[in-house]
Amino acid sequence: MTPALLALSPTARFPVPLLQLDGLTRRFKARVALDGLNLAVGAGEIVGLLGPNGAGKSTTFQLLAGLLAPDAGRVLFEGRPLSLHDPALRRRMGIIFQRGSLDDLMSARENLMLGARLYGLTGARARERVEQMLRLIDLQERGDERVSTWSGGMRRRLELARALVHQPRILLMDEPTQGLDEASFRSFWAHLRALRDAEGLTVLLTTHRADEAEMCDRLAVLDSGRLVATDTPAALAARMGGDILTVEAREPESLVAELRQRLGLEARVVEGRVQVEAEQGHALVPRLVEAFPAGRLASVSLRRPTLADVFLQLTGRVLGADQPTAEPARRSRRR
Amino acid sequence: MNAPATTASALDTTGESGTGGTRVDPRPSTEEERASGALALQWATVRVLLARDVVRFFRQPSRIVGALAQPILFWFVIGAGFAGSFRVDGAQGLDYQRFSFPGVVTMVVLFSAIFATISVIEDRREGFLQSVLAGPGSRLSVVLGKALGSSAIALLQASLFLLFAPLAGVKAATLDVPLLLTVMVLSALGLTGMGIALAWWVRSTAGYHAVMSIVLLPMWVLSGAMFPLKGAGPLLAWVMRLNPMRFSVEGLRRALYGAEASLAVGTTSSGAGLEVPVLLAFATVFLGLAAFSVSRRE
Repeated sequence: MTPALLALSPTARFPVPLLQLDGLTRRFKARVALDGLNLAVGAGEIVGLLGPNGAGKSTTFQLLAGLLAPDAGRVLFEGRPLSLHDPALRRRMGIIFQRGSLDDLMSARENLMLGARLYGLTGARARERVEQMLRLIDLQERGDERVSTWSGGMRRRLELARALVHQPRILLMDEPTQGLDEASFRSFWAHLRALRDAEGLTVLLTTHRADEAEMCDRLAVLDSGRLVATDTPAALAARMGGDILTVEAREPESLVAELRQRLGLEARVVEGRVQVEAEQGHALVPRLVEAFPAGRLASVSLRRPTLADVFLQLTGRVLGADQPTAEPARRSRRR
Repeated sequence: MNAPATTASALDTTGESGTGGTRVDPRPSTEEERASGALALQWATVRVLLARDVVRFFRQPSRIVGALAQPILFWFVIGAGFAGSFRVDGAQGLDYQRFSFPGVVTMVVLFSAIFATISVIEDRREGFLQSVLAGPGSRLSVVLGKALGSSAIALLQASLFLLFAPLAGVKAATLDVPLLLTVMVLSALGLTGMGIALAWWVRSTAGYHAVMSIVLLPMWVLSGAMFPLKGAGPLLAWVMRLNPMRFSVEGLRRALYGAEASLAVGTTSSGAGLEVPVLLAFATVFLGLAAFSVSRRE
């Protein structure tokens, strides 16, 4: 698809592409990390880059953050081609890095002030923005505390405030909620949405959390440096028409072979369980149970496909498998 | 799906005050930025980095104590160890503590430059420095800000140690404050420039420690800080002569004890007065190299 088509199709609500990536390519020696990425991000839109490790989402992030230079391709901001290092573009971008940019020896206010100064804000205007941001993240009373004492969730919210203190048009985030618990995750996104509504922000983020992907207006699924799909999360989930059957059993690999042989079913092992996609899932359950002797199957469950399933179908990889918190079995699949 | 309420109309109502201009047509604001804001932004980057390093220094009491204790220990212990055996022909009455004082000042500058640049390696892949590199400031202003910040700390530490100058036999009559400051500032800038350039190429703290012990420490040892150029073997003497750090030590010696004391431990060819131009060249070359390294886009 051409960038223009991508911009038009599922995002009629966001008609103006604020940021347009046009054939963005980056190689590392022989490896092509990003292979001609075309993507248009509409003004006010929240777009998630979804992909396993090595899919190119980190490379995309670093290119857009100006930390890497592209080998080919260009970036259009409001329709005008701009160098990724152009201060005019850099100034309109707020960035949240995965590892954070807060100074532990400084207070929340001082951290925000550093961010404001870095983008040329001074005097009363800078102070006003700092207070405004502290209010928006609900941490105004704690603004004079050193951030080293803060929880991960609070620090992330402060990162959000720091990235937005200079009122950028577009916010770029790399795995913004990595390692956050459910409550902090909800709080982070509630604040992000409030800020988006208050400041008309456009957001581009990388993620491998299914719950985070659900929060996006549109997802761009990357695999091996290529864009394999862009659509709303709902439309992506609807691409899989049928049901997902999950079977727990000993020796799942041999069960996959048996399923193919005896029932003619295409199955695969996902995180130690056997998964089958079927149009009429409910009809398949009794057939399955009948076909195998008692005790061979530990459990059979049926559900509607989720984003994670769509991701698996598109890329052949498990979404979220590159989380550092994953159990060892998952980690071995990261290679 | 969580359909957000934001539409284009919400964007339009969000007025932007200050320098940004309106959201409807950002072009005028971009040009205005180019014209008036470009230099201010560079300066802002330099200032943020400089201020941050200084604030961080004062908020780590252990660093202040360490900065003072380490050179004092070094100066007294080594001085006491060499006291019996140290003698320079033609410089009667020059004890080792007096001889080594300028060298220890240079060491203070060197070590603070090293520590400051180790933080460059740590900060580069994550944290604060990354956010600065992704900001609107140029790479040159990032290097300048980092070099000025590190140099400011180096100067603070060196100044603290210089309070011991009376104990090292420094007399008001021979003290040349402008020269002292000039030599310290230029040495600090040159060494931090060198540190940043090395840190950018080395990329790991382990690798940097290797560079430190192979390049930086020998540079100090062979600067005339530990033993005088006079009396060194011909090969060693040549290495020492070409060592830029030698000019730092000799400049400090001249600023603290006067030209005669400086000549007594040098050689006839060590031109007093060359220190400032050489250090200026040293600082320029290595700050340039640092800026070049950091500006190279990967």
